[in-house]
Amino acid sequence: MTTDHAVDIDKQVRIYITVFVSLMALTIITVAIARLDLPIHLAVTVALFVAIVKGSLVACYFMHLIAEKKLIYAVLALTAFFFVALLALPVITHHDGFWIHGLH
Amino acid sequence: MEIPYTVEVRPDTGLTNGKIGIWLFLASEVMLFGALFASYILIRTGAPTWPRGHTILNVPLATVNTIVLISSSVTMVMAWASLMRHRFGTYRIYMGATILLGGVFLVIKYFEYSHKFETGLFPSTSNFLAIYFTLTGLHMLHVMGGMAVNAYFWGPGAKLYKTNPEWFINRVEHSGLFWHFVDLVWIFLFPTLYLL
Repeated sequence: MTTDHAVDIDKQVRIYITVFVSLMALTIITVAIARLDLPIHLAVTVALFVAIVKGSLVACYFMHLIAEKKLIYAVLALTAFFFVALLALPVITHHDGFWIHGLH
Repeated sequence: MEIPYTVEVRPDTGLTNGKIGIWLFLASEVMLFGALFASYILIRTGAPTWPRGHTILNVPLATVNTIVLISSSVTMVMAWASLMRHRFGTYRIYMGATILLGGVFLVIKYFEYSHKFETGLFPSTSNFLAIYFTLTGLHMLHVMGGMAVNAYFWGPGAKLYKTNPEWFINRVEHSGLFWHFVDLVWIFLFPTLYLL
């Protein structure tokens, strides 16, 4: 193991610990916000925002996505596209058959 | 015959086959959970009334489980980092802790499920409980699967470290990617089911 490599891993370990502390703090924030009994639209927005921040920290640092190869990003971009399309399907149905009637 | 591109990267992808394989698998997992989340949105928005999760579910237990699973993600990545530092003994401790924390998660979930069944709350009771048991049940199966793989790399699978350490480190990294994904899913399940 070269000295540079060892220093690099030590630096990464410090990042992992920082991310861990941040995730713990964000978990406490999530629960604390839920106790405020906010209106449902605001509660959903805030809870999902915090969850996205937490998820990004896990993906970027624990899963090393912050420095990954282009092919992995391409696979994930494609996945993200279909994932959003999947989640959008229920929203589209709320437009009272807009898509179906729009075709005629 | 030797398995190709387990340690050296493929020239066309710039990755080992294991790395691209695990990411493609995780992409399929995103779609699996995505379909269930879409079902949840559809059922919830279509229902005339929907209970807030905290009125039915045990938030303190789920919070503890969130902390347990996040901690297990840290021990998992530390296990990989230990291998990168060529500290096999430390790797074993961190990997053992990861498996143990996975076990703690399942035990807490067992108490949660038992309490629901004892009070007559089943998947057939309501749409909320149906989606709760489906999502958390599927997630639990993933925890079990991840624990089985991690236990293999803690025990018999660790023999590979003596003969081909780079390959073993890559395998642990891939196993870790799955484990972090399981943690990531829970990060979204927790507020969605318990808090909203």
